[in-house]
Amino acid sequence: MPYVAVKGGERAIDNAHAWLAEARRGDPAVAEVGTGQIAEQLGRAVDRVMAEGSLYDRELAALAIKQAQGDLIEAAFLLRAYRTTLPRFAHAAPVETAAMLLRRRISAVYKDLPGGQMLGPTYDYTHRLLDFALLAEGAPPAAPEAAATDKPMPRVSDILGGEGLIEGDGEANGEPGDLTREPLSFPAGRDVRLQALARGDEGFMLALGYSSQRGWGGSHPFVGEIRIGEAAVEITPPELGFAIDIGDVTLTECQMVTQFKGSKTLPPQFTRGYGLTFGHADRRAMAMALVDRAMRAEELGEDVTAPAQNVEFVVYHCDNIEATGFVEHLKLPHYVDFQSELETIRRLRAEAAQLQEAAE
Amino acid sequence: MNTGYNFAYLDEQTKRMVRRAILKAVAIPGHQVPFGSREMPLPYGWGTGGIQVTASIIGADDVLKVIDQGADDTTNAVSIRRFFARTAGVTPTTRTAEATVIQTRHRIPELPLREDQILVYQVPQPEPLSRLESSRAETRRMHALSEYGLMHVKLYEDITRYGHVSISHDYPVMVNGRYLMAPSPIPAFDNPKMHMMPALQLFGAGREKRIYAVPPYTAVHSLDFDDHPFRLTRAPHACGLCGATDSYLDEVVLDDRGGRLFVCSDTDHCETRRAAGHAGPDALAAE
Repeated sequence: MPYVAVKGGERAIDNAHAWLAEARRGDPAVAEVGTGQIAEQLGRAVDRVMAEGSLYDRELAALAIKQAQGDLIEAAFLLRAYRTTLPRFAHAAPVETAAMLLRRRISAVYKDLPGGQMLGPTYDYTHRLLDFALLAEGAPPAAPEAAATDKPMPRVSDILGGEGLIEGDGEANGEPGDLTREPLSFPAGRDVRLQALARGDEGFMLALGYSSQRGWGGSHPFVGEIRIGEAAVEITPPELGFAIDIGDVTLTECQMVTQFKGSKTLPPQFTRGYGLTFGHADRRAMAMALVDRAMRAEELGEDVTAPAQNVEFVVYHCDNIEATGFVEHLKLPHYVDFQSELETIRRLRAEAAQLQEAAE
Repeated sequence: MNTGYNFAYLDEQTKRMVRRAILKAVAIPGHQVPFGSREMPLPYGWGTGGIQVTASIIGADDVLKVIDQGADDTTNAVSIRRFFARTAGVTPTTRTAEATVIQTRHRIPELPLREDQILVYQVPQPEPLSRLESSRAETRRMHALSEYGLMHVKLYEDITRYGHVSISHDYPVMVNGRYLMAPSPIPAFDNPKMHMMPALQLFGAGREKRIYAVPPYTAVHSLDFDDHPFRLTRAPHACGLCGATDSYLDEVVLDDRGGRLFVCSDTDHCETRRAAGHAGPDALAAE
């Protein structure tokens, strides 16, 4: 009889891990990739992993990408599992995005505006032709540089706000929620929703944002502004009593502007969807802003009909670490449950057969 | 033992938070208590809730048993046992009788548990009403009002359609006559073991961020009707190795010609019986 009790789980795991390490390294004749190279040359991947991993650390994100063989969700998971063990010694003050040192700033609602339009290092107008020159190594020619300017670049929402045409930022009411410490509960406030989106899966938000454009919870959005740059992070240590600058983070901020015809309590005005994410990430910030606005349907008295407007649906399912865990756990053994299903199906079939015989 | 992390991985503040949730859960049997579930170094779905519960209650003197599908040597059970050996240095065991903490996925051991033992369940979906009502805001309301008609209708529809309830695992139970509870995906065969169990039963759902509990000697009743009482199902065979006729069996496919071997899913139960001299029809052939 060929049956042997399934033993040797320990050895199987050890061997699998050894093979994995070998596979990760690939052909040893090819130079090993360094985390510095990943941080510098795969910057958009690093940005995404930092955002979904909820940890701003380019070096650790690069390490996670290397360790995960470029599987970005796996890399974000590695960062999350690391960050959850870190002690919290201070809360940062809200970052002032109006004062960011900008490298990109565009608005789709004005032809020109104070501070001007600035494309920055964007793929937007590249032709998507494979650049075979990149197959070889070589330094690109230096990009032309303009002198730094200290012209103010006010946020478009502030420009519109000056005329009272757009809703304000709203009052800050106390400390924002933190779903990494407190479990979700519903109704979920906008602070918690935005936190969930800021670390949510880019693909999921992209699809939901897209669906809202195609009529599933329709609104007609305009990009009020996208700005990318370095924002200073400040904390106030209790022993000092005044704010100190602890470093800069690269942020992408997107303000979506949507028409609103007014309700019983609110005048007609433009409403906003807000996106903010670590790194250079237009797509991510825009999708987040679309979904944020869609989820405000109930608050603004609009019909809640589409997935993107359903707060529970969006917030419970946007986390790719939770999602990938639960989807992939299906590959763990389930044979006890399956056995109980087998017995149930066999019983149902036997009873169905008896009934049929009785009928004949 | 790896010293780079706190005892049993979680920091003490987090453990206190989890223990507070556990105390609340014990005080309200069957009620799902939300807790600030942490990201663990194992993926969601691999038992992060059970691991956090175990990490919060385990002490250096505890003896830990980890089973998946009833077996100690399934890869995920091995991995979780290793995790605690590495971060807490606790003594592992495969013997149900020797364990003080038993973390399980999908089974309750066959050996009746004692007052000095704690059974920790890994729970994928703590909400028993999840397949009937997708909104958690709504299911919370239904629990608050003990409004469980929806589940009774589901069972009734099963009976009218199939002649009996078609739920074979994660079969819903009423705890202490008050809360409807998901027993986790254990086979319905195991449900009666929960009733008046001397051991404390803790349930951890990491991804869904819920903890719930059944205190010792608490009434746990599988939902049924007077004229359609709850009934057990198991494969109608004896264990091929130890001859047990009352244990839950796994069906092992031997060949592509319909050959089957039925063996105890609880490996410790089977080994203990064989050591005591019991033998099933296939015992010699399997040696």
